Amino acid sequence: MPTTIMNGREIPVDAEGFLTDPSAWDEDLATVLAANIGIELTDEHWKVLRFLREDYATQGETATTRRVQSVGGVPTKTQFQLFPKKPAKKMAYIAGLPKPRGCV
Amino acid sequence: MKNLLVLGAGTAGTMVVNKLRSHLAADEWRITVVDSSATHHYQPGFLFIPFGIYSPDEVSRPRSASIPKGVRLVTAEIDRVETEANTVHLVGGDTLAYDYLVIATGTTPRPDETPGMADDLGGSVHEFYTYEGSVALAEALKDWPGGRLVVHVTEMPIKCPVAPLEFTFLADDYFTRKGMRDKVELTYVTPLSGAFTKPVASATLGTMLDERSITVEPDFVVESIDPEAKTLSSYDEREVPYDLLVTVPLNMGADYIARSGLGDELNFVPTDKRTLQAKGHENIFVLGDAGDLPTSKAGSVAHFAVHGFTKNFLALIEGKPMTESFDGHANCFIESGGGKGLLIDFNYDVEPLTGTYPLPVVGPLQLLKETRANHLGKLAFRWIYWNVLLPGRPIPLPAHMSMTGKHLPKEAADSAAEIEEKV
Repeated sequence: MPTTIMNGREIPVDAEGFLTDPSAWDEDLATVLAANIGIELTDEHWKVLRFLREDYATQGETATTRRVQSVGGVPTKTQFQLFPKKPAKKMAYIAGLPKPRGCV
Repeated sequence: MKNLLVLGAGTAGTMVVNKLRSHLAADEWRITVVDSSATHHYQPGFLFIPFGIYSPDEVSRPRSASIPKGVRLVTAEIDRVETEANTVHLVGGDTLAYDYLVIATGTTPRPDETPGMADDLGGSVHEFYTYEGSVALAEALKDWPGGRLVVHVTEMPIKCPVAPLEFTFLADDYFTRKGMRDKVELTYVTPLSGAFTKPVASATLGTMLDERSITVEPDFVVESIDPEAKTLSSYDEREVPYDLLVTVPLNMGADYIARSGLGDELNFVPTDKRTLQAKGHENIFVLGDAGDLPTSKAGSVAHFAVHGFTKNFLALIEGKPMTESFDGHANCFIESGGGKGLLIDFNYDVEPLTGTYPLPVVGPLQLLKETRANHLGKLAFRWIYWNVLLPGRPIPLPAHMSMTGKHLPKEAADSAAEIEEKV
């Protein structure tokens, strides 16, 4: 299992750099992860990230863009503006969660 | 008298009542199955109708012909499930009580969910996931002069995720045989990052698209369709023009599931992926495409799932522990045109790989490789579906996926070996 050093800590990640242990995440790390993919986090980003973390804690799965819209209240269009091109992947990456499934 | 109530008489529901009727004493168990329509369609055949390979009458039979004696078939719309009262309410006011409920009402295409998609349906916009849609598309293709043909997937998950790729391969073959392939610009538009969901198969299928001069537009999440300008628009403001659009609309579970408070945001029922029970409901099972299992929505998955479900259900009603654990096994032929096809075999943990099936080396079927035998397997499957699968007769293939005969990519080898050890 590969690991990477971020914020002075050793973090387990998968081949694509996604955290493999959601509990290794904290809000400081999110800032580093976001910077890795060229995103500076604003309050609007945080609204999405906090929803993703809370939803994952109860559901055990990463919310899809559709769920972030219908349950999290952030329209898909906005998700694309905040996390350009690939919001589902980028939101999960920054939130330290597995890629959402639905791709089966 | 106990009541087993099955909602949906499609692939999964029909297999369930056939399997269970012979195991449950007629004087102890009443079995009822409800469906909104009287006709059973062989859905894999919808792929072939647009190209004139199957005629419409080859894919349709009365549902009653596949329902065994001793099972009551009710043709009605479902209003809602009242789980606290173990009762199903039908539209019109009738009610059906149950001790155990099987939800097998599948998924349906929802063109209304994408702005503009439904406005020109049957005109320049088509789909082939319904009987009516595939028949209409056959008419549209017959006299189509050529131009930009766009094959499009709206959002995952969809039923039979390989079908839009198969449609694209068959379209390439169809126009080649008509001597007009040079008049057709073929584009495959997908919300995924590649041709398919899993890396090894995605690479193989992606190469096959390249070889056929089919352009792929990946990571395209459609926001709307403009039926006047004939363009697809994505959330990240890309536009894809079409002359003929063949789309796979958003897939959703039945509306009564939402009315019953049983579904997620797409009306799929949250389901335990091992026992197939609806989460939070011990006496409700979910089979076929109606649940949210992390595997393909496909008839083969329903078949393999019903096998374990039957054993578990019979144990449960005897008060014994349920010992069968579903592995998400899927086994799908992929038609690739020119009288050839591929076969993929996978589950929750193992992605589609190359190799031979079901036996090592001798096969006779080759995995993830274009062969004539795989194409013949796909064609033979229609007979097997009506005569072996639906009646619940045994198929001499293991229900759980096996690593036997599969070739492992290096990085997958370690994890697969671990999985095999556990099994």
